[in-house]
Amino acid sequence: MLAQFIYALRGAGIPASITEYLTLLQGMKEGVADYSVDDFYHLSRATLVKDERHLDRFDRVFGEVFKGLELPEGGEDGDLSRQLPEEWLRKLAEKLLTDEEKAMIEAAGGFEALMEKLKERLAEQKGRHQGGSKWIGTAGTSPFGAHGYNPEGVRIGQEESRHRRAVKVWDKREFRDLDDSIEIGTRNIKLALRRLRRFARQGAATELDLPDTIRSTANNAGSLDLKMVPERHNTVKVLLFLDIGGSMDDHVRISAELFSACRAEFKHLEHFYFHNCPYERLWTDNRRRRESEVPTLEVLRKYGPDFKAIFVGDASMSPYEVIQPGGSVEHWNEESGAAWMQRITGHFRRSAWLNPMPQAAWDRTHSTGLLLQLMEKRMFPLTLGGIEAMTRELSR
Amino acid sequence: MAGFKSTSSYIASRDLEVAVNAAVALQRPLLVKGEPGTGKTVLAHEVARSLGYPLVEWHIKSTTKAQQGLYEYDAVSRLRDGQLGDARVHDIGNYIVRGKMWDAFEADRPQVLLIDEIDKADIEFPNDLLLELDRMQFFVYETRKTVVAKHRPVVIITSNNEKELPDAFLRRCFFHYIRFPDRETMERIVQSHFPDIKQELAREALNVFFQVRGVAELKKKPATSELLDWLKLLMIEDLPPEVLRSQDPKTAIPPLYGALLKNEQDVHLFERLAFLSRQRQR
Repeated sequence: MLAQFIYALRGAGIPASITEYLTLLQGMKEGVADYSVDDFYHLSRATLVKDERHLDRFDRVFGEVFKGLELPEGGEDGDLSRQLPEEWLRKLAEKLLTDEEKAMIEAAGGFEALMEKLKERLAEQKGRHQGGSKWIGTAGTSPFGAHGYNPEGVRIGQEESRHRRAVKVWDKREFRDLDDSIEIGTRNIKLALRRLRRFARQGAATELDLPDTIRSTANNAGSLDLKMVPERHNTVKVLLFLDIGGSMDDHVRISAELFSACRAEFKHLEHFYFHNCPYERLWTDNRRRRESEVPTLEVLRKYGPDFKAIFVGDASMSPYEVIQPGGSVEHWNEESGAAWMQRITGHFRRSAWLNPMPQAAWDRTHSTGLLLQLMEKRMFPLTLGGIEAMTRELSR
Repeated sequence: MAGFKSTSSYIASRDLEVAVNAAVALQRPLLVKGEPGTGKTVLAHEVARSLGYPLVEWHIKSTTKAQQGLYEYDAVSRLRDGQLGDARVHDIGNYIVRGKMWDAFEADRPQVLLIDEIDKADIEFPNDLLLELDRMQFFVYETRKTVVAKHRPVVIITSNNEKELPDAFLRRCFFHYIRFPDRETMERIVQSHFPDIKQELAREALNVFFQVRGVAELKKKPATSELLDWLKLLMIEDLPPEVLRSQDPKTAIPPLYGALLKNEQDVHLFERLAFLSRQRQR
């Protein structure tokens, strides 16, 4: 039962491991969950999820897996659970309702009404009946537990039952905002871009290396021998190419957020604008485009291959703008956008494309496919998950 | 099992209680994340208090090394003593300075060890503590001795999410994400901190607070600790609740807003919004 839960979690991309599974079992043995579904949910969440971005996914899987108890697929057990409830309910009705009530129900309208009445009764009963949620532990060995629980908790218990309340905890899906496949804010971007930082020691010696100084001094029989080490600093250099105008206007805000996040993060950060696809000219200030134009070749000359190139654009345009010389919507370009893309990605050792369009929509535009090919699949959605994948790609 | 429960001064949700109790029962570290100001650090104090254990606090800075939590070898004073001919120099043990974890391990009764803001340290920091937190023991190279915890301390680790923590580290911890409290919980929290606050003032203040939090573009949303500070100010100033309720355009920005909004851009934003709402009202 629980193993199946773990596999379902792993299937949903939550990296739960054997260690954590064992911890969960141990925790249950220690009685932390104390036979309450709510507590079991809390305990398994604290044990198996280690990242708030996964909490929402966990809630969904938990809902699915333990809803599965309601109607197991196939097998004897499954058949039984499909057959039992109605019959069982009728029996229960006979047991719980007084003759007077039954007569009343007959008068009021038969089985439907009877069921209504029964629901109320069961809801009352539930309050006093403590062992009801024990089904998690025993997982169906007792037919009364498994099937008994089923009509009560899920089909009938409605508002008052403990189980319903428990279900709500994960059905509320309060952690949806934290899932990393959704759109991002400035803080989240910063977080992801930090991965890009790579501390490396290079450059001039500036810092006193105390341990080494002491070691050398000791080696020198006590006469002081100062040792220096290079200061740590951020060596990641980034070139940003931002698509601006046209279809990108929708995404300008999100690009601006990404941009402002980058600013604080790198020592060497240069940015250039292009429209739809980079050609022979880029510009550095969108408001004074004419004056700030720079030939792309000069950019390639000026910035070494160790700069990491990040394109931000929706890659939605006419395919001719990519593959055809003269295809640009703004001017006559001698060489195709594809040629320029190849030149740029060939020059920089690491490059990636961030696309603010949802990944599912990429297939719909032909040009996105073309650029995806030109980037050798290094195109990532502008979500926290996408940025993480990109930074991993760039810092490899 | 005598477990951790909400106290009169700290309102813990049920999931937090379960997480803390699991960490205590299985003697594993509890990693707590959440928005700044939602009571991550205070949690450790409360756990220590409710279990009746002393609290050892280890605050992490960007320069903190894992080794500093265990022990440090003060080579410089040994060098000095050596050159001065001090007799202490022959025992290297004299120059071993104990760290916070050593203190927690060697204590005669179980302790609560708070490792605060672990994400501030170098990215490798958590990896350097894997074995120490797992086995609750470490080896002192200089003296060739192994320090083993007499009682495994309850370890509570907080993180503000500035860095990713390594998987191997996470696997050994319980994890809890402190959600921002809903209105009902917030009322209980306010009540527990200011038992004699005027009901009306508390209600109006919470209205304003959740309204401020509802503004989507705020750079830093005020959290529980800001609310409590602000309430304290309101009580000291003894402002009547009507001031908070007033829709008067001149006071559309909450009084003493400095406690809630910590960023001048946010203040500007709020002023602009207040201005807009004024226009609408006309």
